[in-house]
Amino acid sequence: MSTKNTARMRRWAPGLILLAPSLIVLGVFVYGLIGWTAKLSLTDEHDALGSKGFVGLQNFIDLFTEDINGRFVHSLKNLLVFTAVFMLGALLLGLLWAFLLERGVRGEGFFRAVYLFPMAVSFVASGVVWRWLMNSGTGDQAGGLNRIFHDLHLGFLENPWWTDPDWGMAAMALPAIWQLSGYVMALFLSGFRGIPAELREAAAMDGATGYQLYRHVIFPQLTPTALSALIILGHMSMKMFDLIMSVSGAQWITEVPAVYVWQTLLTSDYAKAAAISMILLLLVAVVIIPYLIYNNRVERRS
Amino acid sequence: MTATIARDQAVTTPARKSGGRINRRSPLARVITYGLLLLFLIIVLMPAYVLVVTSLKSGREIGVNGQWNLPQEWTFASWEKAWTSLRPSFIRTFELAIPVAAISSLLGAANGFVLSRWRFPGADVVFTLILFGMFIPYQAVMIPLRSIVHEIGLPPGIPTLVFVHCVYGIPICTLIFRNYYATTVPVELIEASRVDGAGMLRTFGSVILPLSAPGFVVTVIWQFTSSWNDYLFAIFMSNTRNGPITIALNALAGAQSPDYAASMAGALIASLPTLLVYIVLGRWFIGGLMAGSVKS
Repeated sequence: MSTKNTARMRRWAPGLILLAPSLIVLGVFVYGLIGWTAKLSLTDEHDALGSKGFVGLQNFIDLFTEDINGRFVHSLKNLLVFTAVFMLGALLLGLLWAFLLERGVRGEGFFRAVYLFPMAVSFVASGVVWRWLMNSGTGDQAGGLNRIFHDLHLGFLENPWWTDPDWGMAAMALPAIWQLSGYVMALFLSGFRGIPAELREAAAMDGATGYQLYRHVIFPQLTPTALSALIILGHMSMKMFDLIMSVSGAQWITEVPAVYVWQTLLTSDYAKAAAISMILLLLVAVVIIPYLIYNNRVERRS
Repeated sequence: MTATIARDQAVTTPARKSGGRINRRSPLARVITYGLLLLFLIIVLMPAYVLVVTSLKSGREIGVNGQWNLPQEWTFASWEKAWTSLRPSFIRTFELAIPVAAISSLLGAANGFVLSRWRFPGADVVFTLILFGMFIPYQAVMIPLRSIVHEIGLPPGIPTLVFVHCVYGIPICTLIFRNYYATTVPVELIEASRVDGAGMLRTFGSVILPLSAPGFVVTVIWQFTSSWNDYLFAIFMSNTRNGPITIALNALAGAQSPDYAASMAGALIASLPTLLVYIVLGRWFIGGLMAGSVKS
């Protein structure tokens, strides 16, 4: 038995050794530090003086019940509005663009490149121009997009953008949609192009109309693509920080959990910041972990 | 997961096989298609227009009237102002993004090779565990991370950020290379090398690495762009004196009543390197984006 095992070990060992540095580093800096943050979130380290002890889930309970003006719940609501608008917008635009380009148009490469270019720009840089575009002034004071609406006599479209207390986060999602729809388009284009031509031809032979072809043959084939697009957009949305910091700065009206962590750390309330971070991680994990497991299974089958 | 890069080739080559289909759309459908494509083109390019036009205006023309017009008087004064304040961080960001791109790519190639072509039992589980690191909100590690990098003696600013981006870039680079090797390097090639008595390192160095250029292009672009554009790690671990361009740009543009012309010139300056990378290597950039999707 031992000779067989040694031979096997000899085969695997070099691979494991090559992988080891990365595994150790990720073990420490991903899993170890998450554990550290989790532990911190269960203590009462609310200032730079350090912790007096373990308080269980008190920090988490406080976030939902004791937070001044319901600040944490407010930040979750903001995140929800942002995520819904951002995901729906980017998904629909990306799908529409892919659909328009899918069967080949003149200048396809050019359109694709232009639709995709915002992806290369940082949120900090695009935040500069979006803050200008989403100027909250109206009427004679209208600037940015409102100015265009004003000059085109479309005054009813003028709005306060992200400074609106109820729907501001929907406006905040516009730059994110601008930036990532091209990415979704690229995903869907590869999905469309991955569908075997025979499938379309078979459907055409059966006399399927254009609508039927898409409804019953093409779109069902795109489900896995749509799923990964949703996952990628969803986890980006939960983590959204740069964009909000550069468009509005850290402000109550547009605060999301990722920004709240930063604000909390500025006051050295480490335990509270850790608790918010853990909730953020949990939100991402409930989506990502099933997806990774599912993905692992699908791959093993193929 | 394995097919993403291979499939990308299908994306980057326009639908040649279905070329005949272009004419199958009715004239009305074609008018609508091109009309919509152009409309979206204008919408997508609008922020770029604003950036360029505003950055070239003089201070007197910045007010709300005629904001959207071309400058009456073209001036590079704001570009000079922005460049003066961004120059040091612009150079520092190269010192960040280049090492990050190189180191992450090498690590990713080694890991991707082992996980696709020199596999051990449980390799899939290990891969999934690695991959999870790509999705975590970095806030969940940020608090202890700040003290740990301080404790292991990394100088603040760029060296710390290089380290951090390399660590958290491992998952995506591993994913890209694993997919690349799994779809382009035949198992028989590895077996042949094994039969010839080559060990793993020899196989990796003399058989695999020479075939890896397309994978490297993807990870280099990906890591260069994401470390160049990063703001989260930068704001937690550096400041305007030792940090990258996003920090400097935010300081330039983030004031209560910002100088819009200079901010916009600054935003353009800060975006030039990644845009250039994108324009020159656009085809592979799309490949990088595709590889970012974890799917089969």
